Amino acid sequence: MFIPFLVLRNTLRHKLRTTLTMVGIVVAILAFGLLRTVVDAWYAGAEATSSARLISRNAISLVFSLPLNYQQKLRQIPGVSSVAGANWFGGVYITESNFFPQFAIDGAGFLDMYPEFRIPDAERKAFLLDRQGVIVGRKLADKYGWKIGDQIPIRGTIYPGTWTFTLRGIYDGADAKVDETQFFFHWALLNEKIKQLYPRRADNVGWYVIEIKDPSQAAEISQRIDATFKNSLAETLTETEKAFQLGFVAMTEAILVAIQAVSYVIVVIIMAVMANTMAMTARERYSEYATMKAIGFSNGFVAFLIFAESMTIAIVGGLLGILGTFPVAAWFGGAMSQIFPVFIVSEETIVLQMGAALLVGLVAALIPAWRAARVRIVDGLRAVA
Amino acid sequence: MAAIPISYIARNLFARKLTTVLTAGGMALVVYVFATVLMLAAGLEETLIATGQPDNVIVIRRGAQTEVQSGVDRASAAIVETLPGIATGQDGQRLLSKEPVVLISLPKRETGNASNVVIRGVTEKGLVLRPQVKIVEGRMFRPGTSEIIAGRAIAQGFRGAGIGETLRFAQRDWTVVGVFDAGRTGFNSEIWGDAEQLLQAFRRLGFSALIFRLADQNRFDAMKQAIEGDQRLQLEVKPEQRFYADQSEGLSKFISYLGTTISIIFSIGAIIGAMITMYASVASRTSEIGTLRALGFSRTAILIAFLGESLLLGLVGGVVGLAAASFMQMVPISTTNFQTFSEIAFTFTLTPLIVVASLAFAVFMGFVGGFLPAARAARLSIVDALRAA
Repeated sequence: MFIPFLVLRNTLRHKLRTTLTMVGIVVAILAFGLLRTVVDAWYAGAEATSSARLISRNAISLVFSLPLNYQQKLRQIPGVSSVAGANWFGGVYITESNFFPQFAIDGAGFLDMYPEFRIPDAERKAFLLDRQGVIVGRKLADKYGWKIGDQIPIRGTIYPGTWTFTLRGIYDGADAKVDETQFFFHWALLNEKIKQLYPRRADNVGWYVIEIKDPSQAAEISQRIDATFKNSLAETLTETEKAFQLGFVAMTEAILVAIQAVSYVIVVIIMAVMANTMAMTARERYSEYATMKAIGFSNGFVAFLIFAESMTIAIVGGLLGILGTFPVAAWFGGAMSQIFPVFIVSEETIVLQMGAALLVGLVAALIPAWRAARVRIVDGLRAVA
Repeated sequence: MAAIPISYIARNLFARKLTTVLTAGGMALVVYVFATVLMLAAGLEETLIATGQPDNVIVIRRGAQTEVQSGVDRASAAIVETLPGIATGQDGQRLLSKEPVVLISLPKRETGNASNVVIRGVTEKGLVLRPQVKIVEGRMFRPGTSEIIAGRAIAQGFRGAGIGETLRFAQRDWTVVGVFDAGRTGFNSEIWGDAEQLLQAFRRLGFSALIFRLADQNRFDAMKQAIEGDQRLQLEVKPEQRFYADQSEGLSKFISYLGTTISIIFSIGAIIGAMITMYASVASRTSEIGTLRALGFSRTAILIAFLGESLLLGLVGGVVGLAAASFMQMVPISTTNFQTFSEIAFTFTLTPLIVVASLAFAVFMGFVGGFLPAARAARLSIVDALRAA
């Protein structure tokens, strides 16, 4: 009972200093957790994928489309259970700053493949029956206050003109990982308009989503698909949905690496602050340590006292930081929902936060503990802080 | 009233080396992050702004934000070409380039990860319009062949884009016969080929954008009106510089917002570090402060001395952090600009404004961290301070 009490009293001796150090750790652990969550959010698209879905797109790049007649050919490939096309629309809602992804989808076929989008049956039916209909995610609908039946005008950037859609359904994600900021309308409507404007561009699909019967066959089926269209006007590149999403992550790798690096810099900064605190604390107490040694306490015990004090501050600060991460992440995720539709603090982040706090406590005490353990009784007694 | 000499302030920092190094080190890291992020945003902006020429004008389809989204059919292009106000070149022909622009997916040399690269079809006029583009290796492509030239960043960064290598896309093998350098501009991240060849290969009927030079730079508005007011044309006109600057907006804003937020959070840590150091400095020198006061130094002098110590601490951190950040100018960065969905290479750029802002930030951290402890030092009464052990 005596030792914890001693550590606690030591910790509280300089209340202001301990408080300041602890605030520093709270801020650092919070920032570290937030940055880790930003990195996770980057990968959210890849996390929410299904291994039973493949994406087939034009091998040149996503800017090029695939002919509509590939749908039939894809269906005939062994191992494929269903196929649905989709297009990127790239429109603007009122102003450029209101960004959200819009997709033209192959109605029922596409929705069947994404069971994680939960839509009430009545709304789903209403959407399928209405050519102008649109289904949007819950977050998106809440953000702009859209209700079922609302007219939503979107200005096209790739497909010119103003397009007006009628909101027919709102989907909820099956779990928190599902992006609820997407906007789906009928590919048939898009194609009809293109036919009038640019007949040559009609009957093209941006990419095909392909559901396969056995996920372990993904690689073989992908090869089979690409081989089928080899040397045609539109060669395909087929990969799992996850690889497809990771492709987008890889494009902004440089920024991602920078954020990751920065998240560790904050840990180093706080390590310096904490080490400074412990160094000062130990220096002021050299004469005390010498006294303890003179009474008969071992060098190890003196070092232990410093470690225990450092760890106490770090652990309490770390726990407070972790607790603070949740409200801050909720606020940040709400403010940045355009860029990060899915923003959840993962368990791994919490473990890493706690690990970082422990590491800071440990490293900060190293030099002071070593110095205090080595101080000779005579010098220590003579020392003036 | 005498001021406390600066050497006294500086030597105090020197007396406790470990503490000074740790505190200034923390501040240096914050300034380093702050400066590099600003340098990154500045580098991106500078690169894209430098891409446009002041008297060049770009014409794209109304509503399109990038060249890749845009489409200009041949009939519209012909109408624009005949408008008065376009400069003529040495051969008497109009300086107008009709260019197809598409994205192709290429693997990076190091990681093999695919990224989108702009491939642009140009003519001789296109080169005249962009005097900053110079062939540095190999030669220009021959018109009417499947030859291409690659920008320096692409030639270095992507597989098959180096000189003598071939790229396969649109059912053809394209040989890279030259590498061009376009200074610090976005063209360094592009591949150029013969416009008509690329149109055929990609089976496109129309161009993506028209670029022309104004005969008279002041006549931009008249030209804009002539094109945008024409009922036959669904086109939009922008000065080339404005067009490229707009494309840097999203990414550079994202970088600077994120960076500033991070720096502010980090600075809290560093300020706390400075505060702890300065409080300790005051506490351990209480009797010294009493002596100084007894010698006749005023409260203000004490306040200034301790604040000065803290400011100096901040300045040291700032200079070290900035020095480390300036080395980042040697590191090239290549990433996808999500506004254009294509690869863009740029460098960290240190501008005078960033130097001033970083040092000011460092001194500010020193000031905030040192003010309360300095005030405490100044408030000490002589008798109590002298009595303190």
